[in-house]
Amino acid sequence: MTIHIAIILPLLMAAFIPFLHHYITRKWIGWFVLAAPITAFILLVRFIPHIASGETITYTINWMPSLGIQFTTYLDGLSMLFSLLITGVGTLVVFYAIFYLSTKEALHHFYCYLLLFMGAMLGVVFSDNLIVLYAFWELTSVSSFLLIAFWHHRRASRHGARKSMLITVTGGIAMLAGFLMLYVLTDTFSIREIIAQASTISTEPLFIAALLCILLGAFTKSAQFPFHIWLPQAMEAPTPVSAYLHSATMVKAGIYIVARMTPIFAYHMSWFWIVTFVGLITLFWGSFNAVKQTDLKALLAFSTVSQLGMIMSLFGMGSIAYHIDVPTEAIIYAEASFVALFHLVNHSTFKGALFMMVGIIDHEAGTRDVRKLGGLMTIMPATFTIAVIGSLSMAGLPPFNGFLSKEMFLTSALEMTSIDTLSLSTVTAVIPIIAWVASVFTFIYCMIIIFKTFLGQKTELLAVRKIHEAPIGMLISPFVLVAFVIGIFFFPNVLVKYVLAPAMLSVFPTLAPMEELAPKVYAWHGFNTELLMTIGIIVFGLLLYMTLSTWRRIYDAFPQKLTLNSLFDRALVESVTVSSFITKLYMTRSFRHYMLYIYVFVIVVVGSFFIWQDTFRFSVANNATVHIYEVLLVFVMAIAAIAMLFVKSRVTAVVLNGVLGFGVSIFFVIFRAPDLALTQLIVESVTTVLFLLCFTYLPEWKRERSTVHVKVTNAIISVAVGMLVVAVALSVIYFNEFKTISSYFENAYELAGGKNIVNTILGDFRAFDTMLEVVVLCIAGLGVYTMMKFKAKKGGDHE
Amino acid sequence: MMRINDVILRTVARFIVFIILTLAIYLFFAGHYSPGGGFIGGLVIASAFVLLYVTYDIEKVKAGIPIDFKVLAAIGVFLAVGTGFSSVLFGHDFLTQVAKDFHIPFLGEKELGTVMIFELGVALTVVGVVMTIIVSIAEGTEDEWKR
Amino acid sequence: METIMILLIGVLISVATYFVLSRNVTRIILGTALLSHAVHLLILTIGEVKKGEAPLLGNQTADGPYTDALPQALILTAIVISFAVTAFVLVLAFRTYKTNGTDDMEQLRGDEHE
Repeated sequence: MTIHIAIILPLLMAAFIPFLHHYITRKWIGWFVLAAPITAFILLVRFIPHIASGETITYTINWMPSLGIQFTTYLDGLSMLFSLLITGVGTLVVFYAIFYLSTKEALHHFYCYLLLFMGAMLGVVFSDNLIVLYAFWELTSVSSFLLIAFWHHRRASRHGARKSMLITVTGGIAMLAGFLMLYVLTDTFSIREIIAQASTISTEPLFIAALLCILLGAFTKSAQFPFHIWLPQAMEAPTPVSAYLHSATMVKAGIYIVARMTPIFAYHMSWFWIVTFVGLITLFWGSFNAVKQTDLKALLAFSTVSQLGMIMSLFGMGSIAYHIDVPTEAIIYAEASFVALFHLVNHSTFKGALFMMVGIIDHEAGTRDVRKLGGLMTIMPATFTIAVIGSLSMAGLPPFNGFLSKEMFLTSALEMTSIDTLSLSTVTAVIPIIAWVASVFTFIYCMIIIFKTFLGQKTELLAVRKIHEAPIGMLISPFVLVAFVIGIFFFPNVLVKYVLAPAMLSVFPTLAPMEELAPKVYAWHGFNTELLMTIGIIVFGLLLYMTLSTWRRIYDAFPQKLTLNSLFDRALVESVTVSSFITKLYMTRSFRHYMLYIYVFVIVVVGSFFIWQDTFRFSVANNATVHIYEVLLVFVMAIAAIAMLFVKSRVTAVVLNGVLGFGVSIFFVIFRAPDLALTQLIVESVTTVLFLLCFTYLPEWKRERSTVHVKVTNAIISVAVGMLVVAVALSVIYFNEFKTISSYFENAYELAGGKNIVNTILGDFRAFDTMLEVVVLCIAGLGVYTMMKFKAKKGGDHE
Repeated sequence: MMRINDVILRTVARFIVFIILTLAIYLFFAGHYSPGGGFIGGLVIASAFVLLYVTYDIEKVKAGIPIDFKVLAAIGVFLAVGTGFSSVLFGHDFLTQVAKDFHIPFLGEKELGTVMIFELGVALTVVGVVMTIIVSIAEGTEDEWKR
Repeated sequence: METIMILLIGVLISVATYFVLSRNVTRIILGTALLSHAVHLLILTIGEVKKGEAPLLGNQTADGPYTDALPQALILTAIVISFAVTAFVLVLAFRTYKTNGTDDMEQLRGDEHE
């Protein structure tokens, strides 16, 4: 139950903020909002001892049990790890945002979206039901869209928001398809139950399809190559958002899915190959591109892409453990997944701090362009400290947490080359090479952050603008994160014992007991290959950084037109042009045309079906007897109807319509439907009054000015529709295939305590329909009222 | 526009309205056993009011029947939906109707149940909506006329 | 009886269709009103007419067969809804005329770029 509260609390608060902001000054909204992540964080921390001892906590609220959809929350090591990140970083980000955002901004919107995101993200990591997970997943996309477009007056913001929405939602829909396939295979939406069946379903052909679809969702969300293009453009969002959504939490939702689904899909080898190599390509491509960026935030965005790729590839490598038969060996390979979890935490700490640092520079200096910045060290010493610690941790240097996980990453990559059971060592041999090259580029861009921004010449910008250190409030959050960066380096095993080890158990539930899954983390491993590689990274990185200006030109070798980004943009523009062209072909804005489409379609489809199947049958044998007055009535009505076509005055037409209505009510009497007859009688009277009332304002009929051609077409279509209905109705009566179900309702007195069957159907058997009908009626009435009362006050321009 | 100086109509309408209203109430209560019910009852009541509007002018009728028909429609919807939820409160499915026989003086054995409240909601909505439509159109057109 | 009724319904639907295809807003609304008459009759006719007593239990001939009550309940709902829709569309036409000064659908098409 507590877990449900943690999810619902932010969502509830998000719902209240639009009302609240009328009553409190904008400055205080942030402080109010801060309560949500703090409360959720404290709620969760209480569970850490339970989770650390290997327990899991589930709680179910029934939602649509008949469809197998339950709102079940599942708290285990993995969801604990993610939820602590979401609420912990969330607290710091809200705190930072309070000082970062000017009170002139639309803060109530901002915090509303942020809370919406927080609740949705918690929902994603806690849901055990795939459909609920999907719903929350899309909610994170929507709130991310809203947050990126927060400064919606900027074109680039709208652009970035749309791109991120398109890509992540496309992936989300693919993922839904994958979930449904899993449901087909296992007959359940519960992740835990699917995991239990995983080994039996892995041979099904649909299994691969589900695997690919779900990976597509995870890759788009986590900005993996080639879907990474949305992340750099998402940096148009306010910096707290970038720090929170686009580095620490939302982009890790894809990683979460990969980790969560590992026990299901790792049984298939393709999972290992796809996840590992997509991750490695992303790792390389992200770090390679980060070096050429001049905007600090874009640089961090590409670095996030690359780090996400690294975590992704580590999960891929770890999944190989499912294919190793010897348990002791399998544990060694599974260590890669452990590194992934470890680096996930580390990345959130140092990247969060770095984003906040860039936000501070942007806030104080008014630019993030490294070409305009320089020499800020003496002016902003505190910010400089954050930047140095964050960057060096990212580059993988001691004494920061990044060093530990980077070192272990290299170990795992080397480990892959020794898989002899698969006789694939020639392919896996490239893994450490890619890892090393990407790490060199990572080192280079880390140097760019430090040197180009804080050291070197003071640029003319500093002369123009009086730059000073950020206010203390803005520095607190990044300093907390930086403290973690150092703290984790010195005491990594606390984190391992309480958070990472239980999370490992979620990824490998059956491999080994929890204590054996998580290795002890040491900073010093002796002089081994990894250490030599790290030294190599530093040496080559520094060399390449020094000579950056000479080899920078290789980036120009890529033609601008062929980048993934511009390809995507062009495809989007083209699809809009094509679809609007097609739409304009048939959307003629003529009501008559639209009706014609419908009628012609019905005539063609139903009519041709009739002819093709030769189903028209007709017999008068079973007809009820006919009385002479009934025939008379039919004639009167037919004549009235036809006469309506030729009358000149609309009042006459309405009166004829009344004749038809009363005729209908007489037929209701003849056909033994007293309730209908009564209703029809009254409704017809009121309708006639209504028409006449409206006619006092509407103009008198004029002659139809249509051409003969149009009139003839209309006549043909009308007659055809009439004939079609006659044919269908006659055939229906002829075949009369189905037995009527109304004998059930003839027990009305026993079941519903009434003797008027029609009335008991309305009031009891089908009361739900009646209730909704009443609601529709009320809406129609209010619609009429509104249209009449709120008349065009300024010449009708507010429609 | 709406002012029809027809003495016969006015005199007759005065009586007929009450006959119609009585009929409406009868139809409403009869609904469970013989033709009638919420829809019909509501429509008949509405038609009585419409007759009044046709006979007299709007201001006069408004003064005579000081009901805001929009509110009436809203109350009706609330009753209809509310009976649905009340059964949920007692642990039954949504919109489960309960009925019980009562002995009522002059009327004899009658069944009273939540279905009656539901029907009342339907009837009120119908009256409210029909009258809202008619009155707002009539007022609208009358405003046009005054201009 | 059914055959005659269906022929009548065919006539009603043809007339209604012709009205719906015309240019004048009021004609279109009348067309929809006609269409709902036709459909109500159609539903009732298809559900076996005159095959039993009115669906009131314990009336007259006691336990005789009753006519199908389900179409009747459907139609009752449909009548009331179609009234509401007619009213709504009428007022919509009223407002359209007031705003645009025309009740001709072809003139209401507007410009190419809106």
